[in-house]
Amino acid sequence: MTQINVTVDGVSYVDDVEPRLLLVHYLRDVLGKTGTPIGCDTSNCGACTVLMDGVSVKSCSVLAVQADGTEITTIEGLANGEWHPLQKAFHEEHALQCGYCTPGMILASADLLRDNPNPTDEQIREGLEGNLCRCTGYEHIVRAVRRAAQAGAGQ
Amino acid sequence: MIPAKFDYVKPGSVAEAAQALADGGEDAKVIAGGQSLLPLLRLRLSFPDVLVDVGGIDELRGVTDAGDSLLIGARTTHYQVVHDPLIAEHCGLLAAAAATVADPAVRHRGTLGGSLAHGDPAGDLPAVVLALDGTMVARSARGEREIPAAEFFVDYLTTALAADEILTGVRVPKLGPGWGYRYEKFHRTAQAWAIVGVAALVRRSDGHVAEARIGLTNMGSVPVRASAAEAAAAGVEATAAALTAAARSASDGTQPPSDLHGAPDYRRHLARVLTGRALVAAAGA
Amino acid sequence: MTVTAEPAAELGRPRRRKEDARLVTGQTSWTDNLSLPGMLHLAFLRSPYAHARITSVDVSAARQVPGVVAAFSGADFAAEQGSLPCAWPVTPDIVIPDHPPMATEEVRYVGEAVAVVVARDRYTAADALAAIDVNYEPLEPVLDMRTALDESSPKVHEAGNKSFEWTFANGDVDAAFSGAPVVIERNYRQQRLIPSAMEPRSVLASSVGGDVTLWSATQIPHVLRVMLALVTGIPEQSIRVIAPDVGGGFGSKLQVTAEEVLAILIARKLGRPVKWTESRSEGNMTVHHGRDQWQRIRIAADSDGRVRGLSVDLLADMGAYLMLVTPGVPLLGAFMYPAIYKMDAYSFRCTGVFTTKMPTDAYRGAGRPEATFAIERIMDELAAELGMDPLELRERNWIKHEEFPFTSIAGLTYDSGNYEAATARAKELFDYDGLRAEQAERNARGDSVRLGIGVSTFTEMCGLAPSRVLGSLAYGAGGWEHASIRMLPTGKVEVVTGSSAHGQGHETAWSQIVADQLGVPFEDIRVLHGDTQISPKGMDTYGSRSLTVGGMALVGACDKVIAKAKVIASAMLEAPPESVRFAGGKFSVGGGKEISIQEIALATFAAHNLPDGVEPSLDSDATYDPDNFSYPHGTHLCAAEVDTETGMVKIRTYVAVDDVGKVVNPLIVDGQVHGGIAQGIGQALYEEAVYDEAGNLLTTTLADYLIPSAADVPSYVTDRTETPAANALGVKGVGEAGTIASTPAVVNAVVDALRPLGVRDVPMPCTPERVWRAIESASGAAAGSNGGAA
Repeated sequence: MTQINVTVDGVSYVDDVEPRLLLVHYLRDVLGKTGTPIGCDTSNCGACTVLMDGVSVKSCSVLAVQADGTEITTIEGLANGEWHPLQKAFHEEHALQCGYCTPGMILASADLLRDNPNPTDEQIREGLEGNLCRCTGYEHIVRAVRRAAQAGAGQ
Repeated sequence: MIPAKFDYVKPGSVAEAAQALADGGEDAKVIAGGQSLLPLLRLRLSFPDVLVDVGGIDELRGVTDAGDSLLIGARTTHYQVVHDPLIAEHCGLLAAAAATVADPAVRHRGTLGGSLAHGDPAGDLPAVVLALDGTMVARSARGEREIPAAEFFVDYLTTALAADEILTGVRVPKLGPGWGYRYEKFHRTAQAWAIVGVAALVRRSDGHVAEARIGLTNMGSVPVRASAAEAAAAGVEATAAALTAAARSASDGTQPPSDLHGAPDYRRHLARVLTGRALVAAAGA
Repeated sequence: MTVTAEPAAELGRPRRRKEDARLVTGQTSWTDNLSLPGMLHLAFLRSPYAHARITSVDVSAARQVPGVVAAFSGADFAAEQGSLPCAWPVTPDIVIPDHPPMATEEVRYVGEAVAVVVARDRYTAADALAAIDVNYEPLEPVLDMRTALDESSPKVHEAGNKSFEWTFANGDVDAAFSGAPVVIERNYRQQRLIPSAMEPRSVLASSVGGDVTLWSATQIPHVLRVMLALVTGIPEQSIRVIAPDVGGGFGSKLQVTAEEVLAILIARKLGRPVKWTESRSEGNMTVHHGRDQWQRIRIAADSDGRVRGLSVDLLADMGAYLMLVTPGVPLLGAFMYPAIYKMDAYSFRCTGVFTTKMPTDAYRGAGRPEATFAIERIMDELAAELGMDPLELRERNWIKHEEFPFTSIAGLTYDSGNYEAATARAKELFDYDGLRAEQAERNARGDSVRLGIGVSTFTEMCGLAPSRVLGSLAYGAGGWEHASIRMLPTGKVEVVTGSSAHGQGHETAWSQIVADQLGVPFEDIRVLHGDTQISPKGMDTYGSRSLTVGGMALVGACDKVIAKAKVIASAMLEAPPESVRFAGGKFSVGGGKEISIQEIALATFAAHNLPDGVEPSLDSDATYDPDNFSYPHGTHLCAAEVDTETGMVKIRTYVAVDDVGKVVNPLIVDGQVHGGIAQGIGQALYEEAVYDEAGNLLTTTLADYLIPSAADVPSYVTDRTETPAANALGVKGVGEAGTIASTPAVVNAVVDALRPLGVRDVPMPCTPERVWRAIESASGAAAGSNGGAA
């Protein structure tokens, strides 16, 4: 077991974990933070995307021990009193159906807007290439990210 | 899926890491960002006894101006490569290719050194470093050595690194004035691996091609140089027609793989077409 | 007298979804999120062989692994596991092989479960699989349905490789074909697909005092409950099935799975709750696959383009077993080949074939996309043969607006349609004439990137289904749907639906319908579903049935509430019932005397002054059985650019004009169409489940089974025409329309781009390599002869 010290959604945790424990399983099974789902084995789907020290990572492809000393933001910690502009925009634009990809999609979008606060539609599509959605056909997701950008989500 | 058990060490320096590798023997493996390794561990296609996590070694990170070359730390992430001003100025091809690796989240974690040490011929960066005539810097408890890219990639997922060696950095010669470049990546979906990729560098002089260097992704068990096309391009007028003609020999001598996304004859065809396009773009023709 | 404005109608409003509050904040109840005290985790050991005899299974070493509570092989379940059900014996002599949830003697596809470990955590369970020892005697796999019926083929089952043959014919097919000036025959391949819902399957089973509760990521909690009772012998009243939040299905969760049955049996054996969640690679192997047919289609026409007849001969790969509706899927297509076209005669034959692969079953559209693809592809070929514009040829043959209702040659009575209007609108949005001109110009100059225009004028039968029709097709259940309304004392409303949503937005759309019907605020309504204890009756969600069947059940339940309330209102307003009018949530008798339905709800709860003989309840139930399918239609147009040097296809413009009748929520309708189009594009360009010669699935991960990302699909232009259906709401289904329409639109565009080069077909998915090979072989043929088919 290896001791790790991680801050997740503003709360700090110290835990002894098996080195092979995936960050996403640490979040879900150890901390009970089930807002981050798992969709694949190969880091293709992006459902498990979280922010690690402010940038997007796929938490199924990070070991919990690699997250030692970092600050993680999951979908559960994104709202700050009120919904984050991306959460609002996804709701307003009907950018989700089953919602399984949504946590990862929103956090990947947050990272995209951090990097480029005023993306074109093409840049939005490319920026979300690592997040798969099977329901929406992406049209409304692109609109939601555009709307959130206009609301200053990336500023 | 879930990785099999392994031991884990997190050294604080390269020397400690080298020692840990020496202690771990054949079944020790370095993990940097883990973006190539984690999927293999999860699918239980890789079973290291011990993982040596170099994620805490800051000396492996960053880009240094070393005069004629840049020394890029092995732990420099793809994201950093894409955004680094020295790389943009002196070997923009590397940044252009790194921007095509997987997706943004993977580029935040994945590292240049990890991607080279993984030795996957379908990876984008091995062929690019090969075309750039880069040199790998490797350290072990026995000392440090430099391995030219041409000798580094030995076989599929196999490099010249010894079991106790850690890749600490890549030395990339600066491209002087007159060089143009292009990475042509051909893949079926945005985040899919390259079916074929072509890294082309062209130095123009008086409207002619003074020198061309071409690295091919996924055209063999290791990244390869399209030497015949390089020779054919050298000296020709920098026109689309001449460069496209030179590219016809781009697949000479290659032994591309056969998989779901392409049979060898198709890959050879693609290599020729994409090399033509890459040369034309690199030459600004 | 006060005049109160009628509240704005909810029907047609782009209401933002009620579901979103939990989904955008990570508070969702996916099955894998649930934990129970004492819960154990399952891991399955699966066959590495496509076909083998199991000679021994030894789980004893696995039982010794620390943290492992139990390990079982198929033999441990032999007495109780029964056979997974097939509810659709399409012919009297159909072969339905025994399908044990865990294999005991023989395995027939890679991934079939042979043993299971039960451990305290999922990591330990996964590790202990390595300690199980299974010996197999490999048998020959059966991988190609085209040769599986040969005498010399190895047998998947003792009874042979043919499951059934089903035929249909109407009109004089021989007369239609003999002497027809034009007859075209094509063979199309419907590749095998993996549905790939983003949420992997997950089950959690608990057994307490003989009562079983199963949480499952399923589309069909109600059907599942009945089937579990039949398979396991556990009394139906002792089984509760809960489908919590379910992350997409697309047909893949319309199933009774081995893991669901085994989880229940294990929970019962151990007296502890057990959970299993598949990995993506496990799921790609063992979630039922879709499509997988060879279609031989022949069309006969007059020289002016009038279609005389159509003949279809299908081979459908069942995989190794028949699952819930496996054999019925191609039959749903049987009725759709004639599509929107008039013709004199039609014949259809389908042979269901066993192979040693994962069974196939429903996948978005289920039979109808396959049929639509084949007819829309061959209509383009016919147009090319006759030198006609493909839209002109279609218009020459389609049912005119004034001809509805119209009974198709396949025997379906289309209640409504306006193909002219949808097509005209689509052409306008697409700039059809402008793109044709550009295409001609680029062809003339031999552009290396060709432009193709693909047309798909489709209809579909949805709203499954009139129970009588299902009965006539030998389906094992009805097609009705159930709803109930509970009027709460505070004037709020609980709506219970048997249609179990998994992303469709029922909680929002159903609230809109009930708000209009009862005149209560949208916000005051809560929709409950997906738990057989809360919603005891239902037929669940598939086949674009929720609105057209479940929505109508809601209307029926609301009508009953209003009728009951009217009696009470009449007493409270002291006026005869026939003088009481109900509108906007208020009962009125004129003269300003009115009372709201909420006030009546409270009065009913108090029950102090109810008329004699009136029960103190406004609650109601209704079960609706449709008397016909609904027939959405539309015109989809796709412009694709094809790089002839590399074979890469890029969709430039995609226009979809759909007619889904009256729209409850336009945002939800647009979302369904967009997602459907993307899945159809996936089939056209990217997706295919591939097995190697040994029967191993090669596309086990999302790195190999490519589903499109945002960067791979275009922005869609969507619009609607509105031709109401002949039901009280005027609604049709929308869940499958996009998927049904888009695949042929895209492939027609690809072939249209390459037709000048001699290409006549590109098999799906139209990968760059396949496109390139089609061009190569056409140019080779052109060099050798005088043009020809690719």
